[in-house]
Amino acid sequence: MRDIHVSSITDAVKKLCMEANWNLEPDMLRAFDRALTTERSPAGKQVLQILKDNAEKARTRRIPYCQDTGFVVCFVELGQDVHVTGGALYDAINEGVRQGYTEGYLRASIVKSPFDRVNTGDNTPAVIHVDVVEGAALKIMIIAKGGGCENRSKYTMLTPAEGLPGVKEFIIECVKTAGPDACPPLILGVGIGGTFEKAAVNSKKALFRELGSPHADPTVDALEKELLDRANRLGIGPQGYGGDTTSFGIHIVTFPCHITSLPVAVTIECHAHRHKEATL
Amino acid sequence: MSVTTGSDGIKDIRTPLTDTDVESLKSGDRVRITGVIYTARDAAHGRLMPLMEKGERLPIDITGSIIYYTGPSPARPGDVVGSIGPTTASRMDTFTPLLLKLGLKGTIGKGYRGQAVKDALKQYKGVYFGAIGGAGAVLSAFVKKLDVVAYEDLGTEAIRRLEVEGFPAIVVNDCHGGDLYQDGVKAYAREDA
Repeated sequence: MRDIHVSSITDAVKKLCMEANWNLEPDMLRAFDRALTTERSPAGKQVLQILKDNAEKARTRRIPYCQDTGFVVCFVELGQDVHVTGGALYDAINEGVRQGYTEGYLRASIVKSPFDRVNTGDNTPAVIHVDVVEGAALKIMIIAKGGGCENRSKYTMLTPAEGLPGVKEFIIECVKTAGPDACPPLILGVGIGGTFEKAAVNSKKALFRELGSPHADPTVDALEKELLDRANRLGIGPQGYGGDTTSFGIHIVTFPCHITSLPVAVTIECHAHRHKEATL
Repeated sequence: MSVTTGSDGIKDIRTPLTDTDVESLKSGDRVRITGVIYTARDAAHGRLMPLMEKGERLPIDITGSIIYYTGPSPARPGDVVGSIGPTTASRMDTFTPLLLKLGLKGTIGKGYRGQAVKDALKQYKGVYFGAIGGAGAVLSAFVKKLDVVAYEDLGTEAIRRLEVEGFPAIVVNDCHGGDLYQDGVKAYAREDA
């Protein structure tokens, strides 16, 4: 058994929240650079250049890349040989969010109830998913998930007969309906298989893979590349002003499913793709 | 005349706007906005709506004005504002036609507008500008002064009066039926998509 005190969890989450909002990960910066060499649309190119500058301004001034500093979605991989001491794991994570958002001048965007819509004032609570894994480490992965793009996320339950062609059509349809609303260039996290909720959770998990890295399964990798190419032929472009860079990446996570089912969940992520992780 | 074209081809707009100003703007035009604009998003619109329906006075003068759909992040000490980019405009579609009828001239946001808004832009001479979504850190530099003028309890969703200088935007929907999003996709879509 390895003891990990809640204070170190809170500190880690606080830092991740601030860093995620101020500093885009290198995979995103590389994506901007790549797109600047391929984008044909002058308006699209200009948007990409401004977004690159925006990342630089956010980093140097330590202000958020986007004013929507997101809903914190936190995936925890908890080693089964870890003993969390000094309090509750979920409370420690939420305390980290509270401190990170208030001390980091990040926006409070969460309301207490979907009905009364009163702001909680400190961006808590986070959406927390915990997986228990082998070992004695505690891995924390957070994404500051923007609301505008999240609103364009979609789910469908296809029939096995609709199969792979149905999956492809649905994913492309998601890119079209998201359009300029979701701040393209978009990243799509796709969960295919499992149950209703498993597909949805996997669509979020899919966003953590490094942009541009290949999928471990060559068949799925080919599917991702085919879909990305199709998405970028739609013409939507950066901010929807027309262009070739509609999506930076489509990441798929699959899971076994029931003989009756073919669930597909698509999380739409904007170019403010703020993800960070730490291992304690 | 509050719209002039700069030597770089970008149109300089000074608020408030008249019908003639609005008519001179075409979808795809790049603009720089200078003057007073107001922020309002979901919750503030929710409070303005019953006032408009009852014909009561609004907390801001919308005649000739521009509303920017945004909820800024808090300012660091010494800064005017934190990050301040646009939010998705279509969530305000239910409120926009009535605001345009009452004299609002422009809105700034990102994303598609519904047909009712596009029709109202034609009928009442209004314009919808796109600002770059997610470029909130860059856009903050164009805000010179900020005051909360209504609904302070709404936090980031309160109505703020902004003084902006050269705020960059692009005309998405004009009052002649022009639509940048449709034109853009047409120009760059490849048929086998």
